[in-house]
Amino acid sequence: MSATASTGRTEISAEWGRRVAAPIRRVASVLGSVSLTFLGLTVVTFIIGRVIPIDPVLAIVGDKASREVYDRVREQLGLNKPLLVQYWDYLMRVLHGNFGTSVMTSRPVLTDLLSVFPATVELSILALIIGVAGGIPLGVVAATHRGRWQDQAIRFGSLLGYSMPVFWLGLVGLLAFYAKLGWVNGPGRIDVAFDDMVTPVTGMVTIDSLIAGEYEVFWNALSHLVLPASILGYISLAYVARMTRSFMLGQLRQEYVLATLAKGLSPWRVVWVHALGNVWVQLLTVIALTFGSLLEGAVLTETVFAWPGLGMYMKNSLFAADLNAVLGGTVVIGIVYIGLNMLTDLLYPLVDPRARDQR
Amino acid sequence: MTDTLLTVRNLRVTYPGDDGDFRAVRNVSFSVGRERLGIVGESGSGKSTTGRAIMGLVPPPGRVEADALRLGETDLLKTSERQFRRLRGRRIAMVLQDPKYSLDPVMSVGQQIAETHRTHVRAGQRAARQAALDMLAAVHIRDPERVYNLYPHQVSGGMGQRVMIAMMLIAGPDLLIADEPTSALDVTVQQQVLVILDEMVRSRGMGLILISHNLHLVSAFCDRVLVMYAGQVVETCEASRLGEARHPYTQGLLAALPELGHRRAELPQLRRDPAWLEDIVPA
Repeated sequence: MSATASTGRTEISAEWGRRVAAPIRRVASVLGSVSLTFLGLTVVTFIIGRVIPIDPVLAIVGDKASREVYDRVREQLGLNKPLLVQYWDYLMRVLHGNFGTSVMTSRPVLTDLLSVFPATVELSILALIIGVAGGIPLGVVAATHRGRWQDQAIRFGSLLGYSMPVFWLGLVGLLAFYAKLGWVNGPGRIDVAFDDMVTPVTGMVTIDSLIAGEYEVFWNALSHLVLPASILGYISLAYVARMTRSFMLGQLRQEYVLATLAKGLSPWRVVWVHALGNVWVQLLTVIALTFGSLLEGAVLTETVFAWPGLGMYMKNSLFAADLNAVLGGTVVIGIVYIGLNMLTDLLYPLVDPRARDQR
Repeated sequence: MTDTLLTVRNLRVTYPGDDGDFRAVRNVSFSVGRERLGIVGESGSGKSTTGRAIMGLVPPPGRVEADALRLGETDLLKTSERQFRRLRGRRIAMVLQDPKYSLDPVMSVGQQIAETHRTHVRAGQRAARQAALDMLAAVHIRDPERVYNLYPHQVSGGMGQRVMIAMMLIAGPDLLIADEPTSALDVTVQQQVLVILDEMVRSRGMGLILISHNLHLVSAFCDRVLVMYAGQVVETCEASRLGEARHPYTQGLLAALPELGHRRAELPQLRRDPAWLEDIVPA
């Protein structure tokens, strides 16, 4: 009796350990490593801010200011304090979302970032959807038809996506689909006529217009969005397809593929359920990194399409030597990568049962 | 042997290569009834390829030819890939060497067993689950409900191989090809898995082809033994009479086995004679 009761208890506690304690431990360890990475990120941006040969005082007072004014501003900026104290102040400001004021726009950098980042997010999400929804099936087909014409065609298409300069693709795309065929709207996020017609909720015009029920605005914005998103999506697709192909080839060599065929499963099920289930484990990181590089802001694409996103903002700030804006944007990009890594870490157990048991 | 499950006549498996074709299996003939047939041979002797050819799973560009290849009344040479799929798992199945690699790592073992069932039998999820649980119990797994939800990395080698057997036998095939089913297991577990395999094959009146490089195991476990060398069958005999084998290759293999209690200064080395190939290959 007592023996069964105690085994029952250990089973329950083992079950509890697996279901509850392990995920908590996992989240805690992920958060720990995230905080460390974030600290490292702020150290780097702080040091860049000191090393770069741009005098933040001069940027404010101009080069005709007197010595006293210069010194006073220098003191106000805290630049006379010891470096460690300066870093601490910087860290506190960043944690409060205070990246200083942009010289270029004379607005707080955070306000600027909050207005440009959604535009990039909108573009990136659609591009990622195109890249993943197209790239994975194409990669799988290329792997299962290795060496045949399907494989050759897909590999050639990927190679093009890799090697063609994106600004050229963008210009040709605009010329063909906007100027000649008129299928899509041109540069910009939305026609001027529709400007400020919907109240920003997410900052993504397509979603905000849907929330507001302004379908005309939605279609107009979508038509602006579709071409740049497709071009970025094509590049992501090329990468995802290539990685999927090579992961899939690796899986198709595994013994379990032979075993599932020996059970009488159709090759379709073997490939798309069993092998692809294992490919996902490897693909998760690839997708996260692809999304990261999209969210960084595609400088060239955003410039060609006059897309007011993070990439264009960063480019303009760099050209204007607007240090606060550049560093603020850098921190945001860093946070995006940290967040995506964290998300990937937390998603792994969903696709890989082996990751569920790790402490 | 009134009840022939499998007839193989002059089976040839060829892989085209840059410098000529490689003939992995050369004119192998045998038949299997409701018995246990062992195929022994060294690595590369074509024993696994023979098993795969019977399953119709020789990967391209490998080419399978034969004068006859029949599973019961079904002519496997005339079977389309689509029809073949219905035979695999249902009438003929295969257990592979290492459960660590031959089970899908991201699907629970119970689902993998149920999947075979649902492939061949029209069954709902609940019925398939029950069938899988029964099958787990049949291969002597004590707590099927718990094991059902485990993933391959969570089960031991012995348990994994029993899961594999359950997965391959659930749709009730009459012939099972076991390709080195115990080679990856600990010695203590090997016997256990063999006993379960034997029990399943006997109770279901199945035929078994046991492919192994282990002469002892095959002679102790099987009714008949085929000895393969370089893609050919060099000798066929009753397992109990393996000691009377006539072919020099078989004799050499037997002589090279160490025995407990018999001290020998040196184990003889197997000498391969190229002439073995010549006298069997028909012109």
